[in-house]
Amino acid sequence: MIWIDVLVQGILLGGLYALFAAGLSLVFGIMRLVNLAHGDLIVFAAFAILLITGTLGLNPFLAALLAAPLMFAAGWTLQRFVLNRVLGKDILPPLLVTFGLSVALQNGMLEIFSADSQRLSVGRLESASIDLGVVTVGTLPLLTFASAVGVIFVLNRIFYTTALGRAFRAVSDDPTTASLMGLNPKSIFAIATGLAMVIVTLAALYLGMRSNFDPSIGPARLLYAFQAVIIGGLGSLWGTLAGGAIIGVAQTFGAQINPEWQILAGHIAFLVVLLIRPRGLFPRAVD
Amino acid sequence: MTNVLTLTNVSKSFGALKVTDEVSFAVPKGQALGIIGPNGAGKSTLFNLITGNFLPDTGSITLLGRDVTRSPAMDRVRMGVGRSFQIPQPFEGLTVFENLLTAAAYGQGKREVEVQDTCVSILGDTELLSKANTLAGSLSLLDRKRLELARAMATGPKLLLLDEIAGGLTEGECLALVATIKALHAQGITIIWIEHVLHALTSVVERLLVLDFGRIIGVGDPDAIMASKEVREIYLGMEV
Repeated sequence: MIWIDVLVQGILLGGLYALFAAGLSLVFGIMRLVNLAHGDLIVFAAFAILLITGTLGLNPFLAALLAAPLMFAAGWTLQRFVLNRVLGKDILPPLLVTFGLSVALQNGMLEIFSADSQRLSVGRLESASIDLGVVTVGTLPLLTFASAVGVIFVLNRIFYTTALGRAFRAVSDDPTTASLMGLNPKSIFAIATGLAMVIVTLAALYLGMRSNFDPSIGPARLLYAFQAVIIGGLGSLWGTLAGGAIIGVAQTFGAQINPEWQILAGHIAFLVVLLIRPRGLFPRAVD
Repeated sequence: MTNVLTLTNVSKSFGALKVTDEVSFAVPKGQALGIIGPNGAGKSTLFNLITGNFLPDTGSITLLGRDVTRSPAMDRVRMGVGRSFQIPQPFEGLTVFENLLTAAAYGQGKREVEVQDTCVSILGDTELLSKANTLAGSLSLLDRKRLELARAMATGPKLLLLDEIAGGLTEGECLALVATIKALHAQGITIIWIEHVLHALTSVVERLLVLDFGRIIGVGDPDAIMASKEVREIYLGMEV
């Protein structure tokens, strides 16, 4: 019985990792840009939500609703005025710029918010649980997983049934040809990054409600996000969810054996998948 | 007759290599102009200058009476420049219909619902209707070429640029494509067509322009051009 519980907890934890990863996957899929500041942007969004809850006295969910458009604007601006300038054939400049952004964000947040551990408080919801008969699951982890499924469902809908989604896929295929069809790749990239930041806000909301955060934890979140994306196979959003679940399950099983093994077990699972399926579990058919 | 496109002394160099050398010509509304020339004569570069993928070093380009010498590519698409590529470059991850829909919606700055009907009729014109929901990446060469044409049409062009669209096709496929292009031309669309398949080209165009080492070495009636000794020597590489 305990192992079923561990399995379920792991899958639900995977929802959080999938949320970390969805924005990263979106940006990478559309413009082949690896955003090394992704984890720090999640932490930044968490502080933004914290600030809004503190000053306006709002519930974190409402605060996230307010933070989302602000984060969209921040992402749009970042892409429009910084990242678009360094995108090109050479992959090094965007890596350097986002790495620099990561360092600047961490230190900026340390300066403003201090190194103290913070948490988004949601009262009873934090410890609420639902009895499913076989296992009892926390309401918050369940909500996280449902949100991850929702985000991926909505992203897929956008990608395959809207004009914006077709534009995303067209510029991802070939920005030069796209511009000859009247698309402006740079403004479409800006919308994509804005959208990624909305997902980042949601990820930050659950991160902040489920665990403590401080300005230094960004890079580790980036690592989990990367692993989830790569296990799932680049370009596949549902694969990213599966990747998140695999890391989550590995971590909870590791922790069950020995608490010190939690993080290590996740990394080992990642390496094993890389060994067996180097292109991930669900690589996109057309590459 | 008004000119859809006017190039005045346009030059473009890559390093020391002058690929477009003081090129001037105008295309009147409704005309089909063919461009021929040996490989490396600068034909595709000329298209890139017209579409805005390259900016000229000197000279000016006027489109529908407006100076577009420095305008970005997407502005020119919206003004009415549609282009097909020598090597088909469909959006491979999109279906044939989605390729058209995207080109039509963004190329004309309209909403998808407004352009859906046009896209369907273009699919019919280019005989792609049965492939509408096929991923563009899995099309045959002829269908890719048709999609190039269809997608260029979807942007609602006043000036259609065709880059070696008949190349690599069988005789029968080529004739089918020529018939489609003739039909488009009959609708009054101005066409500039680069082509090595001369019989296909001369069966459509009213005027022929010969390019060699980035310079215009002849322009005029196709029969007269093809008969001139200079063109035969330079372009066909033989004394006849």
